[in-house]
This record gives sequence, C-alpha cells and structure tokens, in this order.
Amino acid sequence: MKRIDRSDKVRNNFHQAKWDEPIIFELSQKGERGIQVPRAEEDIVTQVGDGFSAIPATMRRATGPLLPEISQPRVLRHYMRLSQETLGADVNIEIGQGTCTVKYSPKVNDALSRLPGMAALHPLQAEETVQGILEIIHKTDCFMREISGLDRFTFQPGSGSHAILTMASVVAKYFEEKGESEQRNEIITTIYSHPSDSAAPAVKGYKIIHIQPDENGYPDFEAFKEAVSEKTAAFFVANPEDTGVYNSRVVEFTELVHKHGGLCGYDQANANGLLGVTRAKDTGFDMCFFNLHKTFSTPHGCGGPACGATGVTTELEKYLPGPLVDQVGETFTLNHSNTFDPKSVGKVRSFLGVAPVILKAYSWIMSMGAEGLYEVAKVAVLNNNYLFRKLMDIECVDAPYTPGKQRVEQVRYTLEKMTKDTGITTGDVQRRMMDFGMHYWSSHHPYHIAEPMTLEPTETASKEDLDEYIATLTQVFKEAYENPAIIKSAPNNSVCHMVDGSGVDDPEQWCITWRSYLKKTTPNQ
Amino acid sequence: MKRLGFIVNPIAGMGGRVGLKGTDGLAEEARRRGAQPTAMGKAQKGLAQLRECNSALQIITPAGKMGENEARREGFTPMVISTHGTSETSAIDTQTAARKMVQKGVDLILFAGGDGTARDIYSAIGETVPVVGIPAGVKIHSPVFAQTAERGGELARLFLSGQLHQFNLAEVLDIDEEAYRNGQVKTKLYGYLNVPIERTRMQNRKSGTPLTEKASQNSIALDICNNMEKDIVYLIGPGSTTRPIMDNLGLPCTLLGIDLVMNRQLISADASEETILKATEKRLFKIIITPIGGQGYIFGRGNHQLSHRVLDRAGKKNIIVAATQEKLLRLRGEPLLVDTGNEATDQMLRGYIRVTTGYKQEIISKVR
Amino acid sequence: MAMKGFKNHPYIPNSVPEVQQEMLSELGLESLEELHAEIPEALKLKSKMNLPKPLLSEFELRKHVEKLLAKNSNCSDNLNFLGAGCWQHYVPAVCDEINSRGEFLTAYGGEMYNDFGRFQTLFEYQSMMAELLDMDVVNVPTMDWAQAAATSLRMASRITNRKEFLVSELIDREKFLIMKNYCGPDITLIEVGYDNTTGQLDLEDIKSKLSDNTAGIYFENPNYLGFIEQQGEDIADMVHTAGGLSVVGVDPSTLGVLSPPSNYKADIVCGDLQPLGIHMQYGGGQSGFIATHDDEKFVMEFPSRLFGIVPTSVEGEYGFDDIAYDRTSFGHHREHGKEYVGTQSALWGITAGVYLATMGPEGMKELGQAILQKNLYAIAEIDKINGIKSSRFNSPGFKEFVVDFSDTGKTVAEINTTLLSKNIFGGKDLSQEFPQLGQCALYCVTEIHSKEEIDSLVQALRSIVCA
Repeated sequence: MKRIDRSDKVRNNFHQAKWDEPIIFELSQKGERGIQVPRAEEDIVTQVGDGFSAIPATMRRATGPLLPEISQPRVLRHYMRLSQETLGADVNIEIGQGTCTVKYSPKVNDALSRLPGMAALHPLQAEETVQGILEIIHKTDCFMREISGLDRFTFQPGSGSHAILTMASVVAKYFEEKGESEQRNEIITTIYSHPSDSAAPAVKGYKIIHIQPDENGYPDFEAFKEAVSEKTAAFFVANPEDTGVYNSRVVEFTELVHKHGGLCGYDQANANGLLGVTRAKDTGFDMCFFNLHKTFSTPHGCGGPACGATGVTTELEKYLPGPLVDQVGETFTLNHSNTFDPKSVGKVRSFLGVAPVILKAYSWIMSMGAEGLYEVAKVAVLNNNYLFRKLMDIECVDAPYTPGKQRVEQVRYTLEKMTKDTGITTGDVQRRMMDFGMHYWSSHHPYHIAEPMTLEPTETASKEDLDEYIATLTQVFKEAYENPAIIKSAPNNSVCHMVDGSGVDDPEQWCITWRSYLKKTTPNQ
Repeated sequence: MKRLGFIVNPIAGMGGRVGLKGTDGLAEEARRRGAQPTAMGKAQKGLAQLRECNSALQIITPAGKMGENEARREGFTPMVISTHGTSETSAIDTQTAARKMVQKGVDLILFAGGDGTARDIYSAIGETVPVVGIPAGVKIHSPVFAQTAERGGELARLFLSGQLHQFNLAEVLDIDEEAYRNGQVKTKLYGYLNVPIERTRMQNRKSGTPLTEKASQNSIALDICNNMEKDIVYLIGPGSTTRPIMDNLGLPCTLLGIDLVMNRQLISADASEETILKATEKRLFKIIITPIGGQGYIFGRGNHQLSHRVLDRAGKKNIIVAATQEKLLRLRGEPLLVDTGNEATDQMLRGYIRVTTGYKQEIISKVR
Repeated sequence: MAMKGFKNHPYIPNSVPEVQQEMLSELGLESLEELHAEIPEALKLKSKMNLPKPLLSEFELRKHVEKLLAKNSNCSDNLNFLGAGCWQHYVPAVCDEINSRGEFLTAYGGEMYNDFGRFQTLFEYQSMMAELLDMDVVNVPTMDWAQAAATSLRMASRITNRKEFLVSELIDREKFLIMKNYCGPDITLIEVGYDNTTGQLDLEDIKSKLSDNTAGIYFENPNYLGFIEQQGEDIADMVHTAGGLSVVGVDPSTLGVLSPPSNYKADIVCGDLQPLGIHMQYGGGQSGFIATHDDEKFVMEFPSRLFGIVPTSVEGEYGFDDIAYDRTSFGHHREHGKEYVGTQSALWGITAGVYLATMGPEGMKELGQAILQKNLYAIAEIDKINGIKSSRFNSPGFKEFVVDFSDTGKTVAEINTTLLSKNIFGGKDLSQEFPQLGQCALYCVTEIHSKEEIDSLVQALRSIVCA
C-alpha cells in the first residue's frame, strides 16, 4: 500500500456529519413511548381516586398536548445524530470565535458537577446541609478577589450582559442613596467595548455616550474629557477592547471619572490574557466581572447556563444582590442582609445563580494555581501574537491600529483588500471555513472595521492547531483570488447548504415552531 | 415577471483619465484628449450578475449604447424605449429614459454613471422608484452607488428576487457649480434617491443586532422630540436623518431646506437665511443638523441658510448633531467637517461635539 | 521577583518550554516576559497571586472536590419536600446522556452551518413546548422563570405602550425582587390582593387598580403557594377591557392535565423549564421560557433568539435561521423598555426538548395524574395530625401545598430542624416571607415520592407535634 501524504495541514477531505435527520415530530408513531412514569400506588389510588376529578372542570386539559410519541432508542438516536451535527469546542480547533474565549473545558469538572452532592441539592436546603457547596462558592469568591483586587463577588448574574446589567443596577442604587439619581443619568462606554456595555445599562434607563477610537485605536481621551461631567454615573469599558489593543492610559480615564464623582466598571470578558498580569483594582475600577464560561473554562453549553461573576469594592458591597456567602469561623452561611434591603439591588437571578458552573470554575482554578493562571495568560498572548504575526504576512490581511505592537488575547483583522480585489467578503469566508470544520467570526455589528475577522486562540490551541488554522485560512484566501465560486457556494461540506433567509422577516412565512410550519406550508400530494 | 430599468451613461468616466472634473457636457473635449469610453464595460459587468434571472426579468432600456447593447450582450431581450436618438447622449436622454421607465412600472432602475447621472435620475424620478448605481463616472461622491459594478448588479439581483426589504434615502451629491465657477470644488446636496440595502447577514448573534438605518433615524427623532423645550425655536436642517423628526411632530418637511419649529408647530418652511435671522432675533433657538452622508460636512454643504451669522448667534451648545451610527461609520474615522466660509465660526465649531445616534444614545465626534 | 508559569500543564499544549521558545523566536522575542509589552510596568502585578497551590494530578483534584461535595447532604440520600421554584422530579437518563454530549456542552455561537444540530434541537424544543402550551411561538430559553416573567412584562409594556403592571401579592418574594430590578425604572409593579380563604386573586381589587396606564396583569398557575388560580378567564377579560394584557406564569409539569393558559386567554405565557428533565443543582437548573401567539406585534418584541425552519439552496433540505433578527434591537417600536440579548440557558432548552420527546403526551398526562394523586394523599394524611392544617387555602392544587403549623405551638424552623435529624428536608418556611400566614410551610410532593416516603413524613410530623 502506498503511504498517504499528510504533509498538507489543510483538511481538504473534511465533511461534517450529515444525517438528513427528520424533525422530531416526523418520528412519531402512535402508541410508542420513551419512558414509564412512576405511578401512584394502588392504596393511594383507592383512597383519593383518579386525581383528575379534584381539578375544577374548567381547569382540566381537554385535549392532550400533540407531543410526538417515540420509543426510547429512537429518541436517543435522534438526539445523538443532532449532537454529531454540532461543532462544539470538543471537536474543532477553536480559534475562530473571537471575543468568546472558547477554551478547553476539562471533563473531570463536568463529571464532578454531575455527582449527587451537586446535582441533587435543593437551593433551599438548610445551611448545615450544604456546607460543601457554600465553601466552594465562598472560596471562588476569594479567588476572584485575588485575581481582580476587588473585595466581594456575586455569582448570580448568568452571563456577561447580565453582569453588566448588575453593575448598572449597582450604579443606580449607589446614586439613589446619594440622592443623585436624577442628575447622574449617563453611562460612558467605547465603540470597541462589547455592545452589551451599552445595551444592558440602557435597560436601567441610562443615556449611553460612546467614545470613538483615536487614530491609534485607543479610546480618544480628548473626546472622553468632553464626555465626562457631573452627569456621568459610570464608565463601563473593556480593556483590551475587541481589537486586542490594550489601552495603557486606562488609569487616566478612571481617575477622571472619579474626579467627577462617577463609578468605573471593568468589562473583563476579555480577561484571559491578563490573569496574574494586571488587575481591575490596580487600574482604578470599582467593579468588574469575569465570565466563568470564558476565562474560567466552564463550557458554553450552546449559550448557557453560565455565570458572569461580578465584583465590587467594599464601598459598593451593600448594593450587591443577595444572599452573599460568608465564612463565620469554620462554617459557611448565607448572608441575606442585602436581599431584602431596599438600598440594595435585591436579586438578579433565582437562588445563588448557576452553582455547578461555579463548581467547575473552582475546580479549574484549583488545577491551575497562581502559576497556572499566569501560564494561561502568557500562552494565550503568545498564541495570539504568533497567529497575528503569521497572518499579517498574508497580503490580503491587515489589522488596523498600533502597527508593529503586540496585541493581548485577540485581534480584529480586516480583509478589505481581498473584498476589493475579489468581491469575496468576510461572511463568505466564514461559510467556507466550515468546509474544513472550522469556526470563523467577523465582528459585532455594525462593522467598525471593514470586512472584519476576529480570532482568539486562547491557551488551548497547540502550535500545530495554530498552523493548521493559518494554513486553512491561507488556502481560502487563495481561493478567493483563484476560484471564488467555491467560496460563494460554501458551505459545500456541511450539514446544510446556504440557507434561504428570504422569509425570516415575513410574518406570513416565518415558522418558529413545527405547528406554524404545518400551518404555513401545504402538504405534498 | 419583474421589470428592471437599465440605463447606461456611455460617456461617464471618460473625463477622469484625461484630467477633467467630469464628463457632463465635455465628452467631445474628453475624446479630443484621447479618452476611451469605460462605462459600458462596467455596466455589463453589473448586468452579468442578473444573468441567472433572465427568464423572470423584463429589462426596459434605451436604445443602443445607453443600455440595449449591453443587455443584448448579456443574452437579454430588452424592451427598448426611444430617447432623442442623437449620436451624443445628454442629460436629457437620461431623464427621459428614467421617466418613461417609471411610467412602464419598473420595480428598480439600475444605472451606470457618475454623480451627474445620479442627479439626472433624481431630477426625473425623485424617490418614486428604487435605484441602484453602478459606479462608472469620474465623480462618485453620492452614496447611491454600490462599491463595485459587480456589487451593484448583485444588489439589483437580490432586490428583484425579493430578498431585500429595506431602503436608504441616499444622498445625491455633485459639484456645486456656482462654487466651481468661482474656482472652488465643493459638493452640494441635490436630493435623495431610494436605494435598497443589504444588511450583512448577522453572525454570532449572541448580542443584539444594531438598528436598521430607518429605525435608528426614528429612534433619533424620538430622542430629539422628547427633549424639545417650550418656546424654543428649532431649526431643522435638511436630510433623511432629520425628516423623521418632522414626521414624529406630524409636520410637513422640506427635505432640502430648513424648517423652523416652535412648540411643535411649523413656523416657517424652507426658510432663507434672512427668515432665520429674523425668527431667531433675541430668542432661544437650537439647530438640528445631520452630516452629509459619506463626507461628514455638518455646515457649509447643502445648508448655506445656516450661515456663520446664524451659527454665531446660536453658539455651539445649541447645535444638535444627529446621525445614525452607520452614517458615522461611513466616515471611516474621519472627523465631521465645517466650512462656513468664516474662519472664526469654523474655529468655534471645531473640537468635539455630541452626536445623537439614537434614543438616549450619543457618540462624541471630532469636528474639523 | 520573576513570576513563574506552570510548565507542561495538561490543559495547555503550548506550555512546553521548547515549543514556547520556537514560537517566541518567530516573534523575535527571547522570553515570555517580553509579552504583555503594551501594559505599563506600573500596572503589572509584581508578585504571584495568593492562591492555593495547584492540585497536580486529576486524581487529587477529583478527591479534593469530592470531599467538599461530600459535606453536602443531598436529596437522593435524604427525603426532600422542598419546592418553591425548584422541584425534584425524576430525570430520565436519556436527558443526562444528551446534555453531557461534548458537542452540545461545548458549542456556543456558531452559525447554522457549524451548529446545525444546536439549531434543530432548539427549534424542536420550541415546537414541543408550543404543543404543551398550545401557543405558536416559544423562545430559545432565558435565564429562569423570574427573568422570563420580567421580560414578559417589558414586552407587554412595549406592546401596549403603558407602564404599570398588576402583580399578584402571592408570588415568590425573591422573584418579585428580580422582576422589580429588571423592570425598573420604566415599569411600576402594583400588587393585587387575594381572598384569604381560597387564595384566589381578589377581582374587586384588580378592578380598582386597572386604569389607562395598565400594561397588564401577571399571575401564576399554579400559584407560588401551590393552588390553582381558577379565574384566569375572568381576569383576562377584565384586563383586556382595560386595554392591557394577561401574562401568566405556568409550571409546565402541570400541562399534561391542566388547561394551558392560552385556553383562558393569556396573551403571554412564561415559566421555568427545570421540572422538565433538569436536575436541581442547587438552583443551577433554572431556565425560563416565554410563549406568545404567532402575532407579529408580539413576536417583534421578543428580546430572545427565535429559531425558525427555512429552506436551503438545495431542494428537500431542512435549514434553520433566526427569525426576524432585527427585532432584538427593538428600534422599530418603542423608545423605552429596552432589553438586550446574551448568553442564557440554551443547554436546558435542549434538555427540556429531550424530556418532552421522551415523555410524549401519555407520559405528561401520567406524570400529572401521579402528582395529583400523591398530593391529595399527602394532604389528607397530614391533615389527620392534630393541630396541623395541611391546606391553608381552600383551593385545589397541584404539587405544592401550604401546611399550617400555627396551632402546634411550634415554629416551622423548629419542626424543620427536627425533621432534618430524621433525614427529612421539610417544606419551605414561609413565616418570614408571608408573616400574615403565621407558621406555615410550603410542601412539595412529586411523582418521585412513594407512599412509604409520604407516610414516613406524616409519621415524623406526628411525632414532632405530639411530643
């Protein structure tokens, strides 16, 4: 047999699993069932009857729900197939979802979170019966304090945006107590911070002021001086921003806000490159948040459950949602003093938030220690700058701002030259990358950088992985010049071909559920 | 069957390579200097994008080099309309063709040309029918043009196949002829054309999508109307960004002029500088203005009624700049511009200014 | 002092020093310390963070965490009667199997071309929930019930352009706080009272509080305290007449046997998915849903993603896409009542879908029946104990009921402490939250409770009260 040549790093023979799987309702076979439900014992039935008659007739369900009827092996097979049609971080080289910090989620942590000591805990159990999970929450709080320099964390917020909403709620309560709610109605953020930094505070009624980048890509300090006033409630910003450029003058920004009596909240969704290197407190922030599902390795779960751990200084602690977990001697207690205090935010999520996510983050930090977190930051930045260097060697790739300087954990590139030369857009490249089993992300909208491409390799990518990603991108860019048709028609090797979204804005055509689909389409003869 | 109007300005672009500021009325001179026609090639490249819809498309086009030739070359059987038929095409031909197309019920006009051509189409049909411009002229200042010829054709194809549902009122800009005769090259706002837009398909939709241009303009209007104070005269400048303000107030709007509003009532429509000066005499007043798309001029282009005398009287703090985020983005990091003809006034306006970009949304912009 | 990294870490491929040197030299750098060059020295940490030493082997890590978790007493080893927003139901093994699939567990924000399976499972979840709720539109899940309720209120406020909401006084006080924080400062929540005997909403009170400012009313079925609100249709009629909307929170585990809120004219329905195949996880399994009719006016106000089925460029192939994606910006509608989208709890939506597919219509009906029967039994048996009233409110319920201990001379706290010594987690103490009820506790009995277990609770309570 001839030895197969694998010197080309690009997976030209890739094809995503494609099962041509029906919609689950199409699997229904009357009479089949997936499981037997525990029933009431005969003694109970004899004593109380069928149970239904206890419900007032008007409240009884007249016709059963039209759920599918499917036996267990067929249910399982259906979902196993659908899982195979999903490109999780466990199965691809996860470099292409910039700003999302998709890193390896260790299996051991997931296994631990599924033990009955975690999974079978009721959130209202007596404190003495949940000392283990309370200890984990308290210790994770202490770790977050050490990593940020701030003084107290809540784990209730369920995402980065939710954490920003929580920070905005703390700001609102802080100024409410000072009697300055009316006056301080503005929150300042920057164009290259995550869009949630403006969207979430708007929920709390704030006017949002955006600072544009200066010619070097840093938030324009002169514009910022124009923006800050006695109306400023807070400044919410990411650093580095989505460009991967670190604003080295950040302290001047936070000092100016403080001088005018405002608060500063640090969006640390992009913290992965900074662990053990620099801290929120040392750059003048009063609040910050970390996404445990990004920097601290807990899996994204297709979009949650997750946690945006939100920290504040001692001064702001009383405004945090309750309860907080305290350590009193050797025991851990739930401190409810904030929960019902009208001066505080009250609550932002049921119970204590997503406890298994906190557990997984705790376990990850315990597997790292200070040296490990530092290594994470260094390797994330090393990987990113290696990728940056290699990609900048490709002629059609550029990255606006700070030429020749390092970026932190990610870079927002521009493919404008390629688009001008060939008509192939960043959106086309995204679809084509799927033909090699790769994610690829452009940017939030609107595009501030033309034809953007945002890549964040994290510490999870090996050098081999990086080289494969670079080789694949290189090939796709070459195709743009030599064979654009193959990109235009992409994806060619995925589960489905280009979707036809022409009906998605039309109420007559959109089908958000199977029953709508059946109503809005006609049966085949 | 969809109907597409297709117009080529065959002389467009000829002046550029031979050092003319445009080709309007200068085709002979351009040819004398050795210029070659280029517009037809570009028009054909654009039309090529529609090849696959041939069977579902009726093309309506002027005879010969104003469209018929290219349409046939791309395999279409166009319905040909007559124009004057002289060998040298002119502005009148473009206008006549556009008007006839509207009468024949076209769904869209795809035209190849430059700012002058866009102006001709605007003067003939206004906002009645959507248009897409294939850039083929010397001057391409107007945002009515697609980035490239291919892109223009693709936009037309997407629109005709029912995939685009949103429109922008895009500015028709051209050289200010009066200023040009005085030796200055300035652009002037002549009007607006209705251009279908493709919003890039959203990716990674874990955060909200930004507003559409129209929704943003409406959101700006809500903010401005909500904050209008009693007994203050508002000078509402021209543009598609400020128009929703008048719509929200239920007032008629002069798209290219200045309307004066007080206590939610129109006190003067399409006001001249003199009217403005009179109406603002010893009164509190505010100016609401939007930059001219693609260029960023907030004063000195398309709103000369807001003279330096008016601006000096208002002061910077009484100027409300309104622009959608997308509009600012199109400036690509360039500052807003002022050119009032008075250095002291320009100086007063320079620095930074708050731009209202939506309801309770502002961006701090540089002014130069 | 120079900081040290953790070399050859199993989770960090490029922590191998030789590889690092090779990559550094590509960058023209000598050491890792030369990275982070853009961060001013003054802002850099000068010493190593004070964190516990890393547990080097996976084995040690596992032992360490297992030991911590062993300090907890869990609801598998003990007999649990707590509910109040998080309920112990049986979780079919197939649910765990699917939500631990790495592909689902670690996917995030890919397009349909990357994450086709994620789009299809969530579309199917929406579709099956829609059948259960008898509604046409269901969202990709939000955080939890409280968030779903708060968002439903904001949606209703945008739809009606009104800013007051009537809310039942008998809702979870913590949920109320979440709703209040999320809806403020735009929307004012006004509480409406209840009948002291039946617990049903006070229609007169509602009537007196309805006005031109009323965006709608929010109530739950079953109510937080477990009983069924039977006046749903009357309430909806009243609020509709006033120009507002009826927003109903519902426990989906009831819907095999109870009328879905759409049948009593609810306009927006919300609730929690946790009962549908999701472990309690100390409250980590909560997940909110929102449903409406297929009415553009309502659909356009969802702040969540809505996955829809669409054609692709290839005939006969299913595709999926976001429906009306511009909607998430709300610009078409109101200037107030903004919201945002972000990470929520998609994995639990997938899980709830697996659960509904596994249960089918018969399973949901039998589940409802078993719960009803076991509750009737538990209520009857507890009521036999002298001094204990097992149903504080005179209204039929589903899986929870309020046990009144006021006449026993003992506090709920005392009773629960003694129950705990018998490895029983007694019902939630309501005496702080609803002092007007005296010494009451909220008990939860589901399909997992056997007759023997209910009997042992009754036995324990009897011995405590009679002691």
